Amino acid sequence: MSWLHTMIVIPFIFALFVPFLYKFFTPRIHTGWFVFIVPLLLFLSLLKYIPTIAEGKTVYHSVPWMPSLGINYTTYMDGLGLIFGLLITGIGTLVVLYSIYYMSKHRESLHNFYVYLLLFMGAMLGVVFTDNVLVLYVFWEMTSISSFLLIAYWYQRKKSRYGAQKSMLITIFGGLAMLAGFIMLSMITETYNLREMFNQVDVITAHSLFLPAMLLILLGAFTKSAQFPFSIWLPDAMEAPTPISAYLHSATMVKAGIYLVARFTPIFGGNAEWFWVISSIGLITLLYGSINAVKQTDLKALLAYSTISQLGLIMCLLGLGSAALYFGYGDEATVYAAAILAAIFHLINHSTFKGSLFMVVGIIDHETGTRDIRKLGGLMGLMPISFTLTIIGSFAMAGLPPFNGFLSKEMFFTGVLNASQMNIFSMDTFGLLFPTIAWISSVFTFIYCMILLFKTFAGRYQPSKLEKAAHEAPLGMLISPILLASLVILIFFFPNVLSHYLLQPALIAILPIFAESGGIDVKISAWHGWNTELFMTLGIVGLGTFMYIYLKKWSGVYGLFSQRWTLNAGYDFAIERMERFSEGFTNQYMTGFIRDYVVYIFAVLIVMLGGSLWLFDGIAMDVSNDAPISLYEGGVVVGMIIAAITVPLAKSRLTAIIAVGVLGYLVSMLFVIFRAPDLALTQLVVETVTVALFLLCFYHLPEFRKATVPMRFKLTNLIISIGVGVIVTIIALSANSTRLFEPISSYFENSYDLAGAKNIVNAILVDFRGIDTMLEIFVLTIASLGVYTLIKLRLAGRD
Amino acid sequence: MKKPNDIILHAVTKVAVPIILAFSFHLFFSGHHNPGGGFIGGLAIASALTLLFLAFDIETVRANIGVDFKVVAAIGVLLAVLTGVGSFFFDASFLSHTFDYFNLPIFGKTELATAVLFDVGVALAVIGTSVTTILSISEDR
Amino acid sequence: METLMSFLVGILFMIGTYLILAKGLLRIILGTSIISHAVHLLILTMGGLKTGGPPLLGLKNTSYTDALPQALILTAIVINFAVTALFLVLSYRAYKLVGTDDMGQMRGNADE
Repeated sequence: MSWLHTMIVIPFIFALFVPFLYKFFTPRIHTGWFVFIVPLLLFLSLLKYIPTIAEGKTVYHSVPWMPSLGINYTTYMDGLGLIFGLLITGIGTLVVLYSIYYMSKHRESLHNFYVYLLLFMGAMLGVVFTDNVLVLYVFWEMTSISSFLLIAYWYQRKKSRYGAQKSMLITIFGGLAMLAGFIMLSMITETYNLREMFNQVDVITAHSLFLPAMLLILLGAFTKSAQFPFSIWLPDAMEAPTPISAYLHSATMVKAGIYLVARFTPIFGGNAEWFWVISSIGLITLLYGSINAVKQTDLKALLAYSTISQLGLIMCLLGLGSAALYFGYGDEATVYAAAILAAIFHLINHSTFKGSLFMVVGIIDHETGTRDIRKLGGLMGLMPISFTLTIIGSFAMAGLPPFNGFLSKEMFFTGVLNASQMNIFSMDTFGLLFPTIAWISSVFTFIYCMILLFKTFAGRYQPSKLEKAAHEAPLGMLISPILLASLVILIFFFPNVLSHYLLQPALIAILPIFAESGGIDVKISAWHGWNTELFMTLGIVGLGTFMYIYLKKWSGVYGLFSQRWTLNAGYDFAIERMERFSEGFTNQYMTGFIRDYVVYIFAVLIVMLGGSLWLFDGIAMDVSNDAPISLYEGGVVVGMIIAAITVPLAKSRLTAIIAVGVLGYLVSMLFVIFRAPDLALTQLVVETVTVALFLLCFYHLPEFRKATVPMRFKLTNLIISIGVGVIVTIIALSANSTRLFEPISSYFENSYDLAGAKNIVNAILVDFRGIDTMLEIFVLTIASLGVYTLIKLRLAGRD
Repeated sequence: MKKPNDIILHAVTKVAVPIILAFSFHLFFSGHHNPGGGFIGGLAIASALTLLFLAFDIETVRANIGVDFKVVAAIGVLLAVLTGVGSFFFDASFLSHTFDYFNLPIFGKTELATAVLFDVGVALAVIGTSVTTILSISEDR
Repeated sequence: METLMSFLVGILFMIGTYLILAKGLLRIILGTSIISHAVHLLILTMGGLKTGGPPLLGLKNTSYTDALPQALILTAIVINFAVTALFLVLSYRAYKLVGTDDMGQMRGNADE
């Protein structure tokens, strides 16, 4: 176990203690203060790795987990993993700090909240630091589950449950597809380790499963990162408490899909399919998200759509950048690699500004009681710090200087412009689409940023519509967004520090062809002269401002689209249909009538046993070794058959019980005949006691009623029972006729020497197979306790 | 409930129960070399007790045999497990048994086996179980 | 004898199954009883019948019947006794509580 392993495990272990901490210290100390230590510690220890990673080294540890299956718990850290690790722990620290003030220690069940949060943290660290695809899958699904639990944190609310279920269904569906893709990859490469897969890129590319594996893995990435058309779960996930929205649904978990795409770029990158699927889906998502964000009235829904759109942007950049692998190391590769660099850069930037925006929206919600922009307005003077933070966040998101969003937005434009010049993958035909759509989306991005800022803080203050009088949040709640907002500005002024220590190593991880040259030499700077990118930005500001001012005039356009054909309506329809179908289907066979279930069991027994006997040619009949039958024995057998037949025909229960008793005594006679004195004795005594028991109970049970069952019922019973009887007979005959092995009982015939006993059966019971007997008397005792409990102890309130 | 006239049953039971009990003990101890053993012995004893309960009413028997049969079952299981655990003290695996021959004053050369202890546990468990079951049912009115 | 026993076991299984599929609780219990008898006989038959004397070393035999099936059956008989007792009491309690011994009426609630 290396420190890297330990880091993944720490949140899980700490989660075990959270309920106790909650129990003992609430309400004296907010549970969050204890949890706060965990991400802080992890963040600080991750900082220690930065110099190592920046030198181009990687960290690798392997612990055998299931060696027989080739599953090793291998951890691996390169530049990409480190960035994610820092985001998870860094934002995690801030979010926990924020939640201490956001979540009331008097009203909320904090133990649940922090246990889920820690589960997520550990799982997410596992996703980014593991090298084994199966382990990655397990952690991946764990993030989905913890996200489900956190969205449904206020499970009393119907919308929370709905959102949780939606996110669960969509992300787990993608996760399963991804697992199938992983399995295909491991079939091709015969390894579960990513590192070893990277060495076999040629084998994978040539294989016929290349495309299915790629598409399945992408399905996992797209569902997780809320790409179109799977994006519908993210707005509903906003039912989670705001710290969770800031953490999982903007900064970390939704970026797991980005991580996956980046991680698999060395394998799939450089192919036209990979390039086109990712960049076009990314571009569509970018446009879809930004257009939809404008029409939202709930601040969190607006941010959710904006997150979708920004994730699409990053995804699109990753797709465009993957073209670098097509060219191999060289000048052209460097041009496209810049897109990858922009993607990682924007990933970090997005986490900072979106994190702070979510926290500010949480503050507004907390202090005014609403997130509806129709009720908000004029908070500028009342909440000056929040206002400043929103300016920073939304201007960064809109791509304005002097904030980090400006830099990555410019790099994004460079990426799409370069892509439009591309002469591979039939880009010469469609190339111009990229800058065009990117530009349109950015105009909408600008508009919703302005909505977020001015509809909330400018305009008229409407205290009558608010639940409580607005005032500035306590300092503790502001610390986290302030830290993030200052990062937004810091990164703008010192982008190359970030680039050197984090972006370049991550770039090498995504595009290994740059490993020898130590990355590409891209200097990120704010001023490039009067180039196309700058004019694009200026155009966005101009048109955006114009459209924002006349928003009321044209926003009616949204009403033109029918609500019946939205993605959500489709999802709801599908879910409702599936629920109704499965309910109907289940009710078909789950009748609640035990007899029906027994029929299934026996029918399966007949089909399975009969079928396998038939298939494997197991039916045999050989009477040559049979023992002779005497008249006396024949009489006993006939008597047994008569006794048995009497039971179902008996009109009174007494007759039936006595017939079964007769059967039992005849069985003990058979035991005598077959040289089994112990059995005969036991059977005699047991039968006596059983009959006594039957009579005792029968005293209470009702008399047989006249059979009023329909003919079909009886016929089914008859067919099933005849089938069982025939099958058992065939099995008995066949087993008797095909003896494959010598009996092992000659060993037990040494019982006098081995156990000092002349009764072999008894020696087997108490000595050779003593544990069986011991467990048997356990069963006996448990059964008698069961009887005792059933009779003596009754549930209160019942009879 | 009217008092049933069951003098014959009482009389027969008084004679039969000691005989059944004696036979049961014989069955139990002969189990090592001849048909019998813990299960059969235990069940036979249980059936003797059942006969008692059937012939006389439960309260009468209870007053004379002051044993809680649930405890009997538990003791039986405990004894069986302990004989198994006992093997550990002789560095043998769980439930290993041993036997040897001793010259005892009255019995002469006698074989003593640890397996018998285990069998006693089995017998006690069987008695406890059967009687608990029957008593539980018949007591419930 | 083994062939005859095989048929006997088959018939017992058939009748036992038929009883288990019935609606009345008592019939079901009787059915399980019959099936367990059938299983005991099946195991015994599988060990081979009358291949030697009783498995008692004290007797002057040269060969013994297979003792292993006998040990298995002995265990099974006693367990079966306990299970039958539990089953009886369960049905008895169910009858007292629900007021019917008809399995067709002993269904769970619709909203379960």
